Amino acid sequence: MIEIQDFLRTLATNSGFWNPLIWGIIIFIALLIAYIIRGRGKKEYKKQTEQTKVFLSGNPELEKEEMHVKASNVYWGFMESFKWLYNGLEKMHTGNVSDYILWFVIILGIFFIILGVI
Amino acid sequence: MNIIDDIILHSPALIVAIPLLGAFLTPLVSKINDKLRNIFVIFIVLFTSAIVLLLANDIYLVCGKIHTYVFGGNAPITEGGFAIRILFEVDGLNIFMALIATILAIAGVIYSWAFMKENTGLDKYYTLYLLMIAGMYGMILTGDMFNFFVFLEITSIASCALIAFWTNKGKAIDAGFKYIVVSATGALFVLFAIAILYGQYNALNMAVLASKIQFSFLDKIALVILISGLAMKAGIVPMHMWLPDAYGRAPASVTLILVGVTQASLYGALRMIFTLYGGKLTTTMNQIGDVSIDLNLVLGIFIVGLALLTIFIGVLMALKENNFKRMIAFAAVAEIGYMILAIGAALTTVFSTNDAGTGMMALKGGVFHILNDALDVGLLFLVAGAIYYATKETSLNQLGGLARNMKYTTIFFLIGLLAVSGMPPMNGFASKLIIYESTYQVNPILSIIAILCSILLLAVFVKVFHSAFLGPKLPKFDNVKEVPKSMLLAMGIIATIIIFIGLFPDMVVNYIVQPAVNALTNNSNYISNVIGGI
Repeated sequence: MIEIQDFLRTLATNSGFWNPLIWGIIIFIALLIAYIIRGRGKKEYKKQTEQTKVFLSGNPELEKEEMHVKASNVYWGFMESFKWLYNGLEKMHTGNVSDYILWFVIILGIFFIILGVI
Repeated sequence: MNIIDDIILHSPALIVAIPLLGAFLTPLVSKINDKLRNIFVIFIVLFTSAIVLLLANDIYLVCGKIHTYVFGGNAPITEGGFAIRILFEVDGLNIFMALIATILAIAGVIYSWAFMKENTGLDKYYTLYLLMIAGMYGMILTGDMFNFFVFLEITSIASCALIAFWTNKGKAIDAGFKYIVVSATGALFVLFAIAILYGQYNALNMAVLASKIQFSFLDKIALVILISGLAMKAGIVPMHMWLPDAYGRAPASVTLILVGVTQASLYGALRMIFTLYGGKLTTTMNQIGDVSIDLNLVLGIFIVGLALLTIFIGVLMALKENNFKRMIAFAAVAEIGYMILAIGAALTTVFSTNDAGTGMMALKGGVFHILNDALDVGLLFLVAGAIYYATKETSLNQLGGLARNMKYTTIFFLIGLLAVSGMPPMNGFASKLIIYESTYQVNPILSIIAILCSILLLAVFVKVFHSAFLGPKLPKFDNVKEVPKSMLLAMGIIATIIIFIGLFPDMVVNYIVQPAVNALTNNSNYISNVIGGI
C-alpha cells in the first residue's frame, strides 16, 4: 500500500541523493532573490522610446520572416568545425537497406570474435 | 473465487487476447459507424489496460511473485518434468514493460482519434494498430522462445504496414520496406538461435532453457545471434539506420507504439542475457588467445562500447538533422544508448562480490530509463505530430513562431525537452543521475561522455524550440490553430506521468523499478518459480 511518506522520500543513488521537492524549494528561493534584485532596478525608463527598442548594432530592423534564424543556421559554426566527422557519418548513413544489413553482419562478426566463437 | 480473481488468474492470456480479438472485430464495427469504431478501439485498449493494472497489483503485492499461466488446461509434463505447453510468465520485469506498453497504447489510440480523422482506410489502420499492441504485449509477457518469435513477427508485420500507411507518400513506403527487411532479418536470426537451443535441450520454455543451458559452443552461437538480432530491432548503432526512416515516416500515433516495440526488443535482449544465460555469465570464462576473462566482463565491455557509439552518433546526427521527426528519432537512438550503457556497466560489476552494489544501481538506472525514455520520446513524437497536423510541415527550416498559436503544444514540448535532456526536476534527470553515478564508479570516462552527450541533446532540442516555437509569428501560419482536444489529452496524459515521476522518483523506483531489477538479477528465483509453479 502506498503511503503519504512514500511521496516525500529522497531517491538515494550510490553516493548522492535526489529530492525534487528540496530542489523546488531552492529554485523558489533563488527566483525570489532574483525578483527582489530586479525590483531594485531603475524604473524611470521611457516606454515606446529608443530606450526600450531592440538594439541591432545600429542595423535597421528586418522584416519579421527575415528576422527568424532558420534551424539549419543555428549550429552552423559547430557543423563547420566538425565537417570531417559529419562527412564520415553521412557516408555511413547511405539510406540503402543492403548497407543496413551489412552493418548487422559486421556486428555479428565482431561479436563472434569477441565471444571466442571464431 | 470472484470475477476479479478469475480475471487476474487469466490476465496474461486476456492481455494479449482482447486486443487480438478487438483487431479482428474492428473492420466489422467499422461497417456500422466510424465513431463507434473509434469508441470500440479505445474501449478495447482501456479494458486491456485495466487488466494490466489488476495483474500489476497482484504481482507487486507479493515480493518476487511470478504469475505463471499455462495455455491449454492442465499442464502435460514431459519425462524430464517440464511442461510442454506454451507458458506466459509474468514477473516484476514483464509487468514493468507491460505498464509502459499500456501508457503508450492509451495515449496512442486517444491521439489517433483526431490525428487520423482525415485519412481513409481507418478500419485497416485500427486493426493493424491493435495487432501491433497485441504483439507488443505478447513479446513482453511470453515465457516461450518460439512464442516470442511469433509475437515479434506479428509486431513487425503490423508495424511495417502502419509505417507505410500514408501510401500517397513514396518515402513512407520506402521506410516500410526498409523496416520489414531489417525486421525480418533480425527475426529470422532470432528463430535460428531458438532452433539451436531447441535442438540441444529439446525445450522452448525460457525457464527450462535457463535451468539446462550449458554454455556450449552452440550456446555461444545462439547468444551472439539472439543479442545481435534483438539489438538491431532495438536500434543500437551501427544497426540503427532503419529507425530514423521508420520513425520519421510513420504517423506520429504509430511512432509512439513503435517506441514501445523497440523497447520490447530491448526487453527481449535483457531477458536473454540475464535470465536465459544469467546463470552461466559468472561461472564461464571467455578464452581470447591465452587470456581468460569472465564472460560477463567481456559482454559488459562490448555492450558499453556499443552504448557509447550509440549515444555519440545518435546525438551528433540529431544535432545536424532539420527534419523534426527524424531529429527526434536520432535522439531516441541516443537515449537507447543510455539504457544499454547502464546495462553494460551493470554486467561488468553486478556479479562481482565486492562491487555488486554499483552493478545493481546501474541496472536500476537503466531499467528506470526504459520507462522514462518511452514517455519522453513518445511525448516529443506526439508534439511533432501535432505540429505536422497544424502546419503540414516537418522541416524545421520552414517553421517558426508557433508558440503564439499553439500554447498547449508548446508547453508539452517544453516538458518533453526538459525530460529527454535530463533536466531537473523531470523524470529523465532521476534516471540519468543514477546512470551517471553508477557508470562513474565503473569508469569516470563513461560518465563524462554520457553527461556531455546529454548536454548536446539539450542543444538539439533548444534548436527545435527556437526554430519551431520561438521567433516572430510567420504570416503563412496566421491561420494555424491549436490541435484538437483528443490530441492534447493524449499529450497531457504522458506529460502528467512525466511530471509525476519527476516529482516522486523514489516511489516509482521502489514500487516498480526495483522489482524489475530483482527479477532480472535473480534468475534462480525465476527458474524455481516457473518450473515449480506449473
